[in-house]
Amino acid sequence: MPEFLLGAAAFVLGTVALGLMRLLRGPGHADRMLSAQLLGTGGVGALLLLGVATGVGAIAEVALLLALLAAFASVAFVSGIQRSDGRGPPSATAPAAADSPGEHRRETA
Amino acid sequence: MRLALDILTIVAVSLGAIFFLAGTVGLLRFPDTLTRLHALTKADNLGLGLVVLGLLPQVSGPLSALALLAVWLLALLSGSTVGQLLAGKAAVPDPDRAPTLTPGAGASHD
Amino acid sequence: MTNALIVDAALALLVLGLALWVIATRAAYRAVVGFVAYGLLMAIIWVRLAAVDVAMTEAALGTGLTGLLLLGAAARLAPYETAEFDRRPGRGLRVLIGLLCAAVTLGLAAVVLLLPAPAPSLASLVADNLPPTGVGNPVTGVLLAHRAIDTLLESVVLLPALIGVWSVAANPAWGGRPGSLPRPPASSALTLLAQVLPPFGILVGIHLVWNGADDPGGKFQGATVLAAMWILVLIAGLREAPALRERRLRVLLVVGALVFIGIGASGIWLAGAFLAYPEGYAKPLILAIEAVLTLSIAATLGLLLAGPPAGDRPIGTTS
Repeated sequence: MPEFLLGAAAFVLGTVALGLMRLLRGPGHADRMLSAQLLGTGGVGALLLLGVATGVGAIAEVALLLALLAAFASVAFVSGIQRSDGRGPPSATAPAAADSPGEHRRETA
Repeated sequence: MRLALDILTIVAVSLGAIFFLAGTVGLLRFPDTLTRLHALTKADNLGLGLVVLGLLPQVSGPLSALALLAVWLLALLSGSTVGQLLAGKAAVPDPDRAPTLTPGAGASHD
Repeated sequence: MTNALIVDAALALLVLGLALWVIATRAAYRAVVGFVAYGLLMAIIWVRLAAVDVAMTEAALGTGLTGLLLLGAAARLAPYETAEFDRRPGRGLRVLIGLLCAAVTLGLAAVVLLLPAPAPSLASLVADNLPPTGVGNPVTGVLLAHRAIDTLLESVVLLPALIGVWSVAANPAWGGRPGSLPRPPASSALTLLAQVLPPFGILVGIHLVWNGADDPGGKFQGATVLAAMWILVLIAGLREAPALRERRLRVLLVVGALVFIGIGASGIWLAGAFLAYPEGYAKPLILAIEAVLTLSIAATLGLLLAGPPAGDRPIGTTS
């Protein structure tokens, strides 16, 4: 059974690593983020498989940590998308978002 | 009994791996962000879910099983939230595609 | 065995390729996303190297917090990025930079390749001296007993870093609320996540600190999770970031280092050396230090991410 689980871990990891092509190609910020998120989920899956296969319980905790922080990072990145392109969101939410960083404007003052 | 559980593990983990593959193929092949998001959630929810389901018979105690389920629930929660947020603004263009300085807040600084 | 070797080689190549791409790509946001993916892969590589403690730190810091920190920097620099592309350094400078980087790489490679055949190791020494500390995780034993001075300096150094961040604030904003976090428009999904995830996260954070004594884990990983949960609540807009002049906040920032130094100094009288623990009390003292340090580190990391103060105006409202 461990061999099978290890093989599955390698397969999942290899698959989602291929998904990194989307990180290279884009074209949008959202697409790149999706690729990182897939890598995160696949990495969590691979770690769980690895942990059970090797019997090291702490590996499952790394997976738990990764799942928790990946959720956080994804949210932070999606929230940051509209700022990072430096032009604000396309929708009517522009004033609030352009205002929230606040720092660019102050620097010019 | 043991054999049945092992078969369940092999079937579920294999199915999960296939969903990861499907999600990746979708992410690479689908034409736009929304459809790619759709593909990703398949890997997130079903791929990881099936892997967790397959691993459940193999862990030693109920606490380890609970940890596995917690990981999956976390992935579900974050996946669905990110999906919601991303779908709201799926079509944010890459700045490199239109490399012009917009008259933004800080641009006057240059 | 060979299968495992193939997987490890593939991982190494993948992470190298990704690292090259992160350096070569031109838009900052892309590089940050690439860097987060790189952190994920590094965490898996550390697990493969049987360094689970390091893997946890990488998973916590490399994916979550560093990503957000770099994202904030990218957002700040975005307006100047295009101008920067037109101002590439000259060929000579670029060649020089390339040569220096190559020299560093070769130097590192030489150091690794020239290691004596059984690599020098203090592992057996640590294993022999672990029982007196009462902790079961050798990493925690080294960090808080054998090399406690390193850990002390490491936790103190976060404070100058935070002061450095604060010091870029404009004068009128000094002492106000930090304002660098992204604030997406309110959405029910984000609110739900920020309400459901933190209880989980706080539990996991405490678990990591508590477990750190005997199993992989520890204060830094736990504090990172706590900080991430706090930041999530701030991003979702469920709470305002505190004003930085608040005295309770400042006390929270320094209390960890103060307790550490206090216990360390009392070791001069009670155990004969700075940062030595009296016999029999090592483990409770280590746990006490870890607990208080966790709170301070979590607050410091959170405020580092929240950025320099931007005045007292509640974020997201137009004046």
